[in-house]
Formats: sequence, structure tokens, C-alpha cells
Amino acid sequence: MKRRAALAGLAALFTGACSKVADTSAAKSLFKTAEDWHLKMHRALAGEQALAPEYSHADLSPSFRGNGSVTVDTDQYRQELASGFPNWQLEVRGLVKNPLALSIENIRRLPQCTQITRHDCVEGWSAIGEWTGVQLSVLLDAAGVLPQANFIVFRCADTLAGARYYESVDIVDAYHPQTIVAHMLNGEPLPEKNGAPLRMRVERQLGYKHPKYLTAIEAVASFDDIEGGNGGFWEDQYGYQWYAGI
Amino acid sequence: MKRHRFSTRLWHWINALCVVILFMSGLNISNAHRRLYWGDAGFDASEAWTAVMRFPGWSTIPGYYDLAAARAWHILMSWPFMIGLVLFWVAIIFNGHLRRKLMISRDEWNLEAIRDDIGNHLKLKSDNHGSAYNFLQKFSYLVVLAILLPLMIATGLAISPGFEPAAPWLVEMLGGRQSARSIHFIVAWGLFAFFAIHIALVLLTGPLRQIRDMITGGRT
Repeated sequence: MKRRAALAGLAALFTGACSKVADTSAAKSLFKTAEDWHLKMHRALAGEQALAPEYSHADLSPSFRGNGSVTVDTDQYRQELASGFPNWQLEVRGLVKNPLALSIENIRRLPQCTQITRHDCVEGWSAIGEWTGVQLSVLLDAAGVLPQANFIVFRCADTLAGARYYESVDIVDAYHPQTIVAHMLNGEPLPEKNGAPLRMRVERQLGYKHPKYLTAIEAVASFDDIEGGNGGFWEDQYGYQWYAGI
Repeated sequence: MKRHRFSTRLWHWINALCVVILFMSGLNISNAHRRLYWGDAGFDASEAWTAVMRFPGWSTIPGYYDLAAARAWHILMSWPFMIGLVLFWVAIIFNGHLRRKLMISRDEWNLEAIRDDIGNHLKLKSDNHGSAYNFLQKFSYLVVLAILLPLMIATGLAISPGFEPAAPWLVEMLGGRQSARSIHFIVAWGLFAFFAIHIALVLLTGPLRQIRDMITGGRT
């Protein structure tokens, strides 16, 4: 028993030392470098446009879990939800030639994609769902993204822990054929808990990069001036990795 | 001739640091979602084959629940762990360490001798003089080097949605992402079992000499 307590003490001492190391700026830049290397390795090995696996209807999860934000807590949202989102607008703005403002009806009339993919949460669980929507590249091409744009930022209606949700991807992931603005899950309009009326699908990254309750798509050169400056809600609030392909 | 080659010693300590940090940050990550599943997907208790314990703070990195910080350690240490294992394999193939010290010869696959070897270990009798490894040592080092450590890398890569498009066959071979995650967890504990026995045997066989030799190389 004494020996076990000594080992536990040793482990605790070690974990304390690790936290001290992790707080240094050298460790932070090392963490960031390691993250970037994974991104580079993934793209070098698979190719920038390689597809995430797709599944069949038989593989669909019995119900699709709602996690994180499961609603937008405003009267306006509840009214919209009850009436089928007649006034919801999706803006495409920022470093673009022709900013757009699209209704849900506009989006439904664009060419549609359907994909059955696996959603992997950073916590560890997975769910399989069938998503229908418009390729993000279609919207970006319609708006004409300027060459200075390096990232696409997704703006959302929901707040979590008092902060507005947002996320971002780089141009490669933005133009990936499976990156879609989805308005349907399993053949039905998106349920409230899964992001009604619109959510992003960024299939080669973890769930927190698939923002829900989407209100705007913004092309930017950098995210220095956006919210906390780290490119997303989870990155700003809790120090999550910007590249969530790991 | 030194008891341990330089490449063995260098890799031993780098790998030890990697494995300890990966294991402890992994326990923190496990606390984020304690259910394990087989197949491609799963999130509900009804789909899980088990729910593991919540690992206490003293056993995790960091010492409190922080998924982002634990992932930062995991993502960082996966690099020296992966590169180190590949280089060590190259080294032991080319410097003869694998052939001369680790490979089990046909004569050694002898039930009686193996039984004696196990008996000696259980009686804590060490017959390990000089630098030759006995059957159980060779066997366990080979299992760790050729099966457990590579499986940690394969299952770790298979869990990553960004890596998957590079080798979808790997995920399929492992039975789907959630199976890969389950195997990752099980093999991690297999390595922990090796670690525990390894430390116990070092403590029983003159720990100061053993640790000194693994640093300086020692003499045969």
C-alpha cells in the first residue's frame, strides 16, 4: 500500500511538473508546431482533396446526438423555428467581390449534395448521419473570394458560456468537396439540437469545427481581429487546437 | 563491449518519457467520454461494450480535467514516439541487435525450458547475468516492440479523422473508428502491464546498477 501511495505521489509530482512546462511560451509554440505537422502530414499523405469515408443507410446512427449548443436561446429563434425559418438569412461576406444574402429557400434551390458521413466528437464518440446541403465552394465561387483571403470564418446565432459561437477553416478545407452547408439530416430539415436551419459539415475534422445555427460565412486574411483571435470559440475559450483533424 | 548500445539507451529513455506522457494525458482524454464501443460509431450507453472508470487527477496530465491541454501533450508526444520507434526498428535491424539479442532461436522454443524460466521469474530468481536475454525477456520485448507499440500508433492514427482519408483501409482493418479507439485503450493498458512488471523486475535486480547501465551503457 505504501509503495502504491509512493507511485501515486510520483505520478502527481510528474503531472504537476508537466503543467509548469506547458505554461511556458516555448512549450506553447512546440504544441502549435506539433499540431501544424499533423495537418501537413495528413495533407501530404492523403492529398488536399481526399475524401472522408462515406457510409450506407444501414450504418446510420439510430438518432443523432446533439452536443454543445442544442438551441439558440432567443424568442426570435423560437418564432423562426416554429414557422420554418422564413426570415433566416445566410450572409457571405468579408473578402469577396459580391457579398450575398441567402434565404433558406435560396439555398434549397442551389445544386444539392447528400453524404452519409461519420461525425467524430473531440470527446471520443462518433455518430453517422446523412447530410444534405450546398457545397461551400458553390457559395464562395458565387461571391467571388478575393485572393487575399486565407480563412473562412463561420458565424453562428448561438452562444455558449456567454460567448458567441464561431469557427474557421482554411481555404483548402473550405473548398473540399465534402464541406457543405447542410440544411437536412437523414432526409428531414435539420432538427433544433443539430443546428436548425443551417450547419457546416467539415468532414475531415472533429465536431467542434462543424458550427450550427449558421448566420454568416466570412472570408478573412487572418483572425487576429476576430473575437479572441484564435479562429474559433473552443480555441478562444478553452485552448482547443485550431486544426481538429487529430 | 557495452551491455546496452547507445541507440538502445537513447531510444529507451526518449520512449519512456513519450509513453508516460502519452499514457497519462490519454487517461485525461479518456475522462472526456468514458464509454467504449465496437464498430464505426457509438455515443449512447446502449451501444457501449463498457464504461471505464474516471481516472483520478494524480494519474492524468494535466492533474485536473482539461481535454484541450491533454490533447496538446498527446499530439506533441505522438511525434517523438512515432519517429523514435521507426528509427529504433531501423537501428536494431541494421546493427544486429534484433538478430543477435532479441530473436528467439528454435532451440529456445522448448516447453520445459520456458517452464523453468517462468518458475525462476515467479520465485524472483534472476538468472540474468551478462547481456543475454532469457526467453521471457526476449518474448516480452518482441511483443512490445513488434505488436503493442506499433498497434498504439496504428490505432492512434486510425482515430484521427484528418489522417483517415490517407489510409481508410487501416480504419477498416481495425474494425472501424470506435473499434480502433477501444483497441487503443486496451493496448495502452497492456503496455502499462509491461511497464509495471518491467519496473518491478528492475527494482528486484539491483535498480541502481540497472538504471546506471541503461544510462552509461555498463559492461558485459
